[in-house]
Amino acid sequence: MTASLAGPAPEGGYQFYVTEDPHHHEGHDDHDEHHHETGTMLGFWIYLMSDCLIFGILFAVHAVLGTSYAAGPSPADLFEIDKILLSTFFLLFSSITYGFAVINMQQDKQRAMMLWLIVTGLFGGAFLVMEVLEFQHLWHLGAGPGASAFLSSFWILVGTHGLHVTCGSIWLVVLLAQVQMQGLTHENKRRIMCLSLFWHFLDLIWIGVFSFVYLTGVSL
Amino acid sequence: MSAQQHGHDSHGSYKSYIIGFVLSVSLTVVPFWIVMADVEVSLSIALLIIFGLGAIQILVHVHYFLHVTVGAEDGWQAMSLVFTAILLVIILAGSIWVMVHLHENMMPAHEQIERVRNLP
Repeated sequence: MTASLAGPAPEGGYQFYVTEDPHHHEGHDDHDEHHHETGTMLGFWIYLMSDCLIFGILFAVHAVLGTSYAAGPSPADLFEIDKILLSTFFLLFSSITYGFAVINMQQDKQRAMMLWLIVTGLFGGAFLVMEVLEFQHLWHLGAGPGASAFLSSFWILVGTHGLHVTCGSIWLVVLLAQVQMQGLTHENKRRIMCLSLFWHFLDLIWIGVFSFVYLTGVSL
Repeated sequence: MSAQQHGHDSHGSYKSYIIGFVLSVSLTVVPFWIVMADVEVSLSIALLIIFGLGAIQILVHVHYFLHVTVGAEDGWQAMSLVFTAILLVIILAGSIWVMVHLHENMMPAHEQIERVRNLP
């Protein structure tokens, strides 16, 4: 891309990023299929990085406000670490089952891929159920987001992560329907790879949440 | 422009996913064990272990699950990741540093509190 546009065209002409290659033939060149997605995959990756900044800012807020209990409950009073461990494992399992789905996708095993995606969705759903139960529990204890600065930043940080997992799960269901209807087309494969990045990324954010919010909060 | 990268295993194999999973599980269990079993370590050591293992686990996820490689997308993937990491360090370190100092300076001194308390 360093060639001057005014100069003679490089060999083979200019090549710009194309999201949908109009000359792409289905089934042709299967091996390189995923490496054609420069535009979409890179764009989605940059979206993830911007999402990462959102979470980074929420983590910074929690770092600043996380010990301002306003004479209210502290993390040690509220958090049940054993349940957090369970939901952490739900997310970890969902990450590896999604990985298996991607491997099956690359081998064009649609049925096995869909089964692994369904398992992933179930683990994701179990994580969300645990989270909703925890939020309900906190709410009933009077530890809503308005109780203290610590709880405000806790609810916004963990809530934003939960919202992302919810969106990811809805996306997963939609993708399953699309694969069921259209089969493992080129477009569907690309969508599955995007959701794969999203899903693993959410698991990565959760590492920060359980280390920083839960484990550190309870230790302090 | 590289749209064609013959990166083998660029999206992983069963083996690499399982290695990543096993590493993640152990890196998750250790900090939880330290907190749940009330292991006798000082707070700073406990925090060091929690954050250290958390950081390692994030790297494990980036490598084994997100498959970030220096070569992918002409290097733009790794480049944007490093850029984001730098921004995060600035945001986190900066906010914490500023706010901790602010907090300290806003904290009323002991004698001030006493003076207010003894007001008629």
